[in-house]
Amino acid sequence: MFTLALHAARKTPADIIAENFTLLALALLSFGAVIFLIFLLASRTSVKTQEWLKYLVFLVPSILLLVVGLIYPAIRTLILSFMDKEAEQFVGFENYIWAFTIPEITVVLANTAIWVVTAPVLSTVIGLAIAYMTDRMKRPAAIKSLIFMPMAISFVGAGVIWKFVYNYQPREDKPDIGLLSAIFKGLGLTPPNWLLEAPLNTFLLIVVMIWIQTGFAMVVLSAALKNVPDEVVEAAMLDGATPWKRFYLVSVPMIRATIVVVLTTITIGTLKVFDIVRTMTGGNFQTNVIANEMYSQAFRQMNYGQGSALAMILFVAIVPIIIYNIRQLRLERTER
Amino acid sequence: MTSLINKTRVKNKAKNVFSSPWAAFAAWVIAILWTIPTFGLLVSSIRPEQDINTSGWWMFFVQPNVSFENYRQVLFEGTTTNPPLYQFFFNSLAVTLPAVIFPITLAVFAAYSLAWFEFKGRDFIFFSIFALQVIPLQLALVPLLQLFAKGLVIGEVTIIPDFDITGTYIPIWIAHTIFGLPMAIFLLHNFLRQIPRELIEAARVDGAGWFTLFSKIVLPLSIPAIASFAIFQFLWVWNDLLVGLTFGGGAKEVAPMTVRLAEMVGTRGSGWELLTAGAFVSIIVPLIVFFALQRYFVRGLLAGSVKG
Repeated sequence: MFTLALHAARKTPADIIAENFTLLALALLSFGAVIFLIFLLASRTSVKTQEWLKYLVFLVPSILLLVVGLIYPAIRTLILSFMDKEAEQFVGFENYIWAFTIPEITVVLANTAIWVVTAPVLSTVIGLAIAYMTDRMKRPAAIKSLIFMPMAISFVGAGVIWKFVYNYQPREDKPDIGLLSAIFKGLGLTPPNWLLEAPLNTFLLIVVMIWIQTGFAMVVLSAALKNVPDEVVEAAMLDGATPWKRFYLVSVPMIRATIVVVLTTITIGTLKVFDIVRTMTGGNFQTNVIANEMYSQAFRQMNYGQGSALAMILFVAIVPIIIYNIRQLRLERTER
Repeated sequence: MTSLINKTRVKNKAKNVFSSPWAAFAAWVIAILWTIPTFGLLVSSIRPEQDINTSGWWMFFVQPNVSFENYRQVLFEGTTTNPPLYQFFFNSLAVTLPAVIFPITLAVFAAYSLAWFEFKGRDFIFFSIFALQVIPLQLALVPLLQLFAKGLVIGEVTIIPDFDITGTYIPIWIAHTIFGLPMAIFLLHNFLRQIPRELIEAARVDGAGWFTLFSKIVLPLSIPAIASFAIFQFLWVWNDLLVGLTFGGGAKEVAPMTVRLAEMVGTRGSGWELLTAGAFVSIIVPLIVFFALQRYFVRGLLAGSVKG
């Protein structure tokens, strides 16, 4: 009954929607019914039975899912990364050597490094600036909502939005429909072919990421700034500190831990970025990054070994960030 | 009372220094800059095809021709290979609802057990789940897909049979559930821990079993936390491309809107008139959710990143 979709070639969209929603209703209803029944039966059992039944109902399903769906696959990926294309023979470190020596892939690694260095820092700096500027404002809600809004937009949607901004008109006699080109021409400059010229295009893609993440940084940092006690700021003012000095000598050190959390959260998101690159350039014109290359290797070229090696490189890049993050948090807690 | 007055005084004084009109002006400039790209998309999507392709969207204010033809075309006109966008809209809905409900249900259960059951290894399990957030989706992708496609056979023993569910929503639902769980359990656990111990113990003394305790006390109290996380998970699932692309198995019958939109961008011939309208259809639902429930969303965000 679950293979309905396979014969759908001649069906109208309305038929497909009807079928899909039947499956949806069925899934939701049976999920609800199962849980309702379990609770009905379990709450009637004796106290002694409940002592072990509670683990089975509440904890075991999640743990099973995580072990089968996350831990097992992660270990399997580790093994696959040492195997050949079809995952039949062990090849040692060949896939890793491939990743670090083939020029096409070293470009991918270099691009990812550029992303990781620029996107988190710029998002955090701009987010912090806006948070500070609006901190004592009377009605900052509208400003914050507008800057925060891109958080709700998908990376694909953002890709379309910005591809439109970066639109390039090659013909002189036709008017520009891309905003950036039009601004350039208005200023008397010749616009470059934005998304085709490396390394400019990578930075233009990074702008999209910054556009999305700044709102996140702003919201979290602005909450942290609110927690800085007024007395501290007052004391600094009495000591005659200028607003700029108050900012980097008082406010910033006091919210340091939160800044680290924001930076690392955006860094991890940046490492995994895939949709923006895929939507806007497809990874062409030297804009490729690890996550997108991993997708192409594993699902386009069907090369599981190399795809897995790239996934492992991604993972290894993330681990130290998390460890640093946890350490910073602990440090901050003991200091208090 | 005096301290309150004092605080207001300090605040007012501080305000005088901080709220310089220049800072407010700069903040407004940034906010407007941030909105222009989205605004341009919206304006373009309601211009006639002819206008979009011959002039920039800002020219709309010179020649304000409004047309909803783009929306009609992208939403309702399909080809033999590509169904109209409204089908993908419903696909997105069908993907998102269970992919929000399943992980949250399981996560509340697990968070409850980790917060209030006393057992050996509890901390170990909790920290392991916390650590699982480190695993990027990409790391689990290929093997998890193979699990769905072939089941799991070790040697001769079938551990998980092949359920033949490829090309349906089921792999997408399960994948989103798995990837959402660690974060959900972590956040909800932090919240459930804050329920006063006396409340739990009083109920236990009154003879409430673990199941009654959950449905009568813990669940009603955790509704706000669940709501915050639900918005999160909703936005994440609705906006996701990678899971929909890979776990949907390329079937147009189940692919969410993001997959179709990404495909439209990639194909030549999909003009801007269709792309802008299509993109706006795909972002309108999360935008509504975002503006309506922003407060809860922010609360969830802060619970996740400030308290750690």
